Amino acid sequence: MTAVATPTTGPARERPTLAVWKFASCDGCQLSLLDCEDELLALAGAVRIVHFSEMSRATAPGPYDVSLVEGSITTPEAAERILEVRASSRRLITIGACATAGGIQGLINFAAEGAYRSTVYAHPEYIATLGSSNPIAQHVPVDFELHGCPIDRGQLLEVLTAALAGRRPVIPGHSVCQECKARGTVCLLVARGMACLGPVTRAGCGALCPSVDRGCFGCFGPADTANTGSLSRRLLADGAAPMAISRLFRTFNAGAPAFQDEATVQARVPVVLRPREPGLTTEEGDGEAGPAPGGGRPGP
Amino acid sequence: MTHGSGGNRTVRVDGLARVEGQGSLRVEISDGAVTDVALEIFEAPRYFEALLKGRGHTEAPDITARICGICPVAYQMTACAAIEDACSVAVDERIVALRRLLYCGEWIQSHALHVYLLHAPDFLGCADAVELAERDPVSVQRGLSLKRTGNLVMETIGGRSIHPVNVRTGGFYRAPSPESVAALAEPLRRARDAALDTVAWVAGFDYPDVEGDYRFVALRGGDRYPIESGWVGSSDGLDVSAAQFADLVVEEQVPRSTALQARLEGRDEYLTGPLARYALNEAVLPTIARQAASAAGLRSACRNPFRSIVVRSVELVFACDEALRLVASYEPPNPPSVDVSSHAGTGTGATEAPRGLLFHRYELDEQGVILQARIVPPTSQNQLTIEADLRRVVQGGLALSDNELTWRCEHAVRNHDPCISCAAHFLDVAVTRR
Repeated sequence: MTAVATPTTGPARERPTLAVWKFASCDGCQLSLLDCEDELLALAGAVRIVHFSEMSRATAPGPYDVSLVEGSITTPEAAERILEVRASSRRLITIGACATAGGIQGLINFAAEGAYRSTVYAHPEYIATLGSSNPIAQHVPVDFELHGCPIDRGQLLEVLTAALAGRRPVIPGHSVCQECKARGTVCLLVARGMACLGPVTRAGCGALCPSVDRGCFGCFGPADTANTGSLSRRLLADGAAPMAISRLFRTFNAGAPAFQDEATVQARVPVVLRPREPGLTTEEGDGEAGPAPGGGRPGP
Repeated sequence: MTHGSGGNRTVRVDGLARVEGQGSLRVEISDGAVTDVALEIFEAPRYFEALLKGRGHTEAPDITARICGICPVAYQMTACAAIEDACSVAVDERIVALRRLLYCGEWIQSHALHVYLLHAPDFLGCADAVELAERDPVSVQRGLSLKRTGNLVMETIGGRSIHPVNVRTGGFYRAPSPESVAALAEPLRRARDAALDTVAWVAGFDYPDVEGDYRFVALRGGDRYPIESGWVGSSDGLDVSAAQFADLVVEEQVPRSTALQARLEGRDEYLTGPLARYALNEAVLPTIARQAASAAGLRSACRNPFRSIVVRSVELVFACDEALRLVASYEPPNPPSVDVSSHAGTGTGATEAPRGLLFHRYELDEQGVILQARIVPPTSQNQLTIEADLRRVVQGGLALSDNELTWRCEHAVRNHDPCISCAAHFLDVAVTRR
């Protein structure tokens, strides 16, 4: 427990404090904590869970040693509240696609917001919103982001253990492809021509979808070196429509930069198959392979 | 928090806990009479009906699952039912049975969560299940074990328990192997025993003497307790299809809430959930669940909302027993799904989420693109009844101290296992006494 700051007053061996906060979300990532059925009571012994509304009516004021934050920022009230959470937290860890990329409600960022409000509510004037769904890191500094829709509970326990030990969590940044190889799943993209986001999606789920004959649909967001442009060219060559590819990238992690940019590019590509203009997706594009000599892009 | 004195007081709690999502509750008391009750839902709106527009019909199950991490299967099953209705597709019996087994897993997981972690601490004077575990570790461990078994069923069939990946319109991506399903039998038998112990445990709690004059609305499943399909029935004679029911439900927006409040046209408020399902379907429960209910003192209907924990526990027995039946008769559907070709039309689906009736309606164009979506979760339907409950509970509890009354109000809301994340499309408690 060396690196976790403990209060200088109070009992000498006081346990570190944990708080869990919710913004716009489905509650699923917080539920991952309650889903640690075998570890929950041990965890509650290792830390003092002092604020976790979904679990307890008891609450205590900060500062908190570790805060877990679920959900995205969508309202002026939330934008204020996250500042308070940050100010009272020594370590702030965001959990899930909503908190790290804006979530499925982030699709609001691609539409005229007024249109959304009036679709659901007869009196949109009663509802105060920012008109966008923002990841937490857009509002306050974040110490670690744990991805997934939902997050993996094993990864959550690793992140909590690491935070309490004051070390970096061991969370892979590579793609789902490696998990398929590790479990011996035949490649759906190569062997069966199925659309699969596995090559550009962060590992963590254990390659669940390919194991049930379904292409990865990107729950964990972009891998560290996601070559989205190359994947799109392959999907186009296999006959996918650009708008279908755009929709594939535009779901739970629609706001993650690598997915957002590729979805935007594909939404603009005419149906006729042709090489994309260089320069449209240069930032995230070909990180792993690197640009070809002369600045051209490697072929698919 | 409570302020005021004598017959005029204000009770306010900022942030109602042990519910899914965010909301508040306010009760005004003037000269010893309850003058106003409001359930305020401040969960940030997420606009699902809007963001579904323009998406493909096959995307509805995965997108709507993200409305709720506690009952994603309810959303997936209801979306599939509505889309298949719109596309005039019927799935075969094996797919229906596998869907029902997956849904049983969610009932076990969600009910165990609510009974042990969210609701029981209220009866035993604990802030949470961690405090309860210090006093009664055996019971809490039993609850966690039940919950784990529910998750195991969901993981075996759906791939994972939160937002399962194996569900698609028309059925499943891959049918689980007979061996993996058969392996569920032993944990489910232990879970059924634990569920029977749960009924006996909660039957021993102290219950406030409160009864509601509820209009119960639930699916009726013919000769089986309703989960994934059925007609909509009520305690005052309603007997309609899901599509007809959707036409009868009127949703209203009020300034205090980001959730729409539902009423039945010409009938006003109603209650969905375990009390309603039990009242309308008790006769078709398996013998083991009926015997447990009877031993716990339940008759053919229960109108004490605090006793919903007993009914929920009886449903735990049912869900484990039903899952065992489905495991024993499992035959992998082959193919695992039927084709759901795009088809212009409108379809409605209704299923029983753990916390109550959920329905979806979609209008599709000929390419299968979603033109309109309507999603009505159980908590929107129960809001007005929860407010009516609060009025009764506060009126009957005026002699309680401020702290006791506040806790009683929170408890009364939790009786109905509200899911605010679902409805916002809910809690902080304030009671004002003037």
